Amino acid sequence: MKHLLSTADLAKDEAIELLDTAAQMAATQSREIKKLPTLRGRTVVNLFFEDSTRTRISFETAAKRLSADVINFSAKGSSVSKGESLKDTALTLHAMGADAVVVRHWASGAPYQLAHAGWLDAAVLNAGDGTHMHPTQALLDAYTIRRHLGGHGGGLRRGGDDGVGADLVGVKVAIVGDVLHSRVARANVWLLRTLGAEVTLVAPPTLLPIGVEAWPCRTSYDLDATLADWQPDAVMMLRVQRERMSGGAGAFFPSPLEYTRYFGLDARRLAVLPAHSIVMHPGPMNRGLEISAEAADSDRAVIVEQVANGVAVRMAALYLLLSGSTTPATEGTAL
Amino acid sequence: MTTTYVLRGPRPLGGEPADVVLADGVITQIAAPGTADVPDGSDVVEVAADGYVLLPGLVDLHTHLREPGREDAETVASGTRAAAAGGFTAVHAMANTSPVADTAGVVEQVWRLGQEAGWVDVHPVGAVTVGLGGERLAELGAMADSAAHVRVFSDDGKCVHDPILMRRALEYVKAFDGVVAQHAQEPRLTEGAQMNEGVVSAEIGLAGWPAVAEEAIIARDVLLAEHVGSRLHVCHLSTAGSVEIVRWAKGRGIDVTAEVTPHHLILTDELARTYDPTFKVNPPLRTAADVEAVREGLADGTIDIVATDHAPHTREDKDCEWGAAAFGMTGLETALSVVQSTMVDTGRLTWSDVARVLSANPARIGRIDGTQGRPVAVGEPANLTLVDPAATRTVDGRAQATASGNTPFAGRELPGRVVATFLRGRATVLDGAPVQAPTGSTAVGGGVR
Amino acid sequence: MTAGTGMPGTPDPRDVPEGTVVLGASDVARALTRIAHEIVERAKGAQDVVLLGIPTRGVTLAARLAQRLASIDPAFDPERDLGELDVTMYRDDLRRQPTRAVGVTRLPAAGIEGKTLVLVDDVLFSGRTIRAALDAIGDLGRPQAVRLACLVDRGHRELPIRPDFVGKNLPTAQSERVRVLLAEVDGTDAVVISGREPGAVVPGEGGER
Repeated sequence: MKHLLSTADLAKDEAIELLDTAAQMAATQSREIKKLPTLRGRTVVNLFFEDSTRTRISFETAAKRLSADVINFSAKGSSVSKGESLKDTALTLHAMGADAVVVRHWASGAPYQLAHAGWLDAAVLNAGDGTHMHPTQALLDAYTIRRHLGGHGGGLRRGGDDGVGADLVGVKVAIVGDVLHSRVARANVWLLRTLGAEVTLVAPPTLLPIGVEAWPCRTSYDLDATLADWQPDAVMMLRVQRERMSGGAGAFFPSPLEYTRYFGLDARRLAVLPAHSIVMHPGPMNRGLEISAEAADSDRAVIVEQVANGVAVRMAALYLLLSGSTTPATEGTAL
Repeated sequence: MTTTYVLRGPRPLGGEPADVVLADGVITQIAAPGTADVPDGSDVVEVAADGYVLLPGLVDLHTHLREPGREDAETVASGTRAAAAGGFTAVHAMANTSPVADTAGVVEQVWRLGQEAGWVDVHPVGAVTVGLGGERLAELGAMADSAAHVRVFSDDGKCVHDPILMRRALEYVKAFDGVVAQHAQEPRLTEGAQMNEGVVSAEIGLAGWPAVAEEAIIARDVLLAEHVGSRLHVCHLSTAGSVEIVRWAKGRGIDVTAEVTPHHLILTDELARTYDPTFKVNPPLRTAADVEAVREGLADGTIDIVATDHAPHTREDKDCEWGAAAFGMTGLETALSVVQSTMVDTGRLTWSDVARVLSANPARIGRIDGTQGRPVAVGEPANLTLVDPAATRTVDGRAQATASGNTPFAGRELPGRVVATFLRGRATVLDGAPVQAPTGSTAVGGGVR
Repeated sequence: MTAGTGMPGTPDPRDVPEGTVVLGASDVARALTRIAHEIVERAKGAQDVVLLGIPTRGVTLAARLAQRLASIDPAFDPERDLGELDVTMYRDDLRRQPTRAVGVTRLPAAGIEGKTLVLVDDVLFSGRTIRAALDAIGDLGRPQAVRLACLVDRGHRELPIRPDFVGKNLPTAQSERVRVLLAEVDGTDAVVISGREPGAVVPGEGGER
């Protein structure tokens, strides 16, 4: 694996290797000394063209736990302000000897361009691009689902501790909310499908993209029916951006109240779910909009754990991208 | 004294081979191969044209020359040189310059620059509204009456979306036989749009540009044109639905003409998966089904012309994120090859049809058909293009005559090669290379009958 | 990673590599028994001993040693006092090899603090794996002492590391390959040496040194 750009590129064995490696990384994080020497001498650049303190801190923690040198590069210049171009930034990072670039960008495809334009030869990790992809978020979601639902899905029994080695065959995941603008939803649909889970997207029709029928999942406009009839094992609530409600005639739904009424997860809807089911949210939450406080704070909610798992998953991604040689070993360095 | 050219053995409009002699700006002889009567004198050039196709000089109804304002991307001189290299003898220069070509002064400036360059006839397009603002009509009459003799009006790049303004424009230009060339893009449906809305946009997360945003405007405009009895030209139609609407309108007798670009005849939205902004264009690349529909529309005459929408951009406007990049791609030097590849080599158009969609029809729509888009016949102006259809070439953006490198065909092998272009009997391209024009050439202004 | 399918003692011919068998099944068993006794003797009993196997075959060897220790000194609990230590993330050659999968590290519930920790590996060669293991242990706690047991010491050390307990000292050429086969993984117990011709070294899989 040279880059981590999209979950659609991940083969099943690669995805499982990432999750299994994350499990070993997680094990090291309960120790008193959490730092590993693995990536000593390697440089990881966090290149953020869009504010995301949470994601940046998670990647920074992951890189530091692996002893990499971390450089934070905040380039908030947008297309409007025409700051330093993506290309010049890439050339700068190349000159500084970055081994990996973790990139968050408002433009869909910017990480793909960084990886393929020939501007730098570092490994590129997509930390969220526009409305396209957020692979490490999907991986930490899959990791969290696997940990909790080991034993519920038909395919999980093969796994050992925390589901290590297992796929997600038979697990049913409902992803609810603003699918149209969500890189988290896109990343999850493809990864969960690759791992064998079934996915239903639940949203008002205005928040499902035209063309969604080609995605490897089903869709519904009815959260209540999906919860009651389909009985998902995991429910992933997506953040609803406030600006989706404004814009007058272009608003995607009439009011926050109406959205909550039909698509919010509350105690009543929580009660419909199977006993083993879990509630997820990529954060930050709008309490009272897409998720009620009761649901967010219930013992079904694994939202805080998702954050912790994010560090382990990002350690795994950095390890797998940076530890190996880029050329095949010629001679065995015998130990 | 002008050079006399004797073209040996080309096939006019792809028909039977003949010798064709050009002298004093006109076609003076068409004779059986080897029998042309060559005049005495030292200034006679024989051109071996065996197997080549002779077409009337190509006419582009939709070119962005960028001057004045963005001379870093293209100038009238560089853009028209590219046009000649592509086999064109006339281009219509779009109005979205800086300043906008919305006054007699600006269109006359562009017209004069075209004359000075001497590569092709440059016919400025006038803006429909002041500053392309879409709020009030520009002085259309003054532009029509100017030395530039403007007959085509367009806010291209922006849509004349206000229905009452569009109605007024359609009506007003009737006084001087003008035409409004509409850039059909409903602005509200395309806010922030980046690419065709469909399966690919949903997957790769670029904001979608629905086909209906184009089709709704075309539908409205053909009905408006019918109501006020005006002629309407639809720029760069790109969807199957648009073809259907124009077909319906023509069936009803509405005076509408339509154009398709070379890139919409061959490229699809799958290319957006590369996130390479070279493929970012307005209107966006559509699906394979749309490509098939526009080919069919061009073949059956629903679509009247192929126009390049040649849109040069500087490196910095394309070497960036897709979302930050400019819309547009160059096309003057690849248009004929794309038409040959998609329409001629597939048997859907003859070379005679190519002359119709790339020369006669655009000249007629632009009302320059007194001098351009003429038949290949004795006594006609010697505006001609000589094409070697058997040649193939690999497109290299840096090797093109245009000042910008944003061709979507870089690295692609395309059939056909423009061997020579003649503007009123003078070679602007010979042996496939542009021939530096003498300054102060005697272009015929406006070409209005 | 899966256990060998062959039954112990019924070697699958596919699993026996070409080369010279230098230790047979009974030699391996005797060596382990001797090492077990030496560990108890050195530690003056086995009540504070923890065995940590280094994957893959070191884990198997540690499990066998644990059974022997328990039979010598009942204070040793082969469930409680046995663990495994993956050193992948401490290796110094990560950038020179294809990406390695990170293995499992499992420590006794009581930890390693104050214990006499015995690292178990199959073949001791350059010493770099043991260097990585010592670094890993340093991050896990502070044992009272760390000792090293290996089935074969083939020499060619690149670091100042010396085993405390050795099954067999095996002089080799640098270019030779030494493989430890264990019934649980390979279907048979043996130590095999091969590749007498120089330049025949192939990047090793687990158990090849």
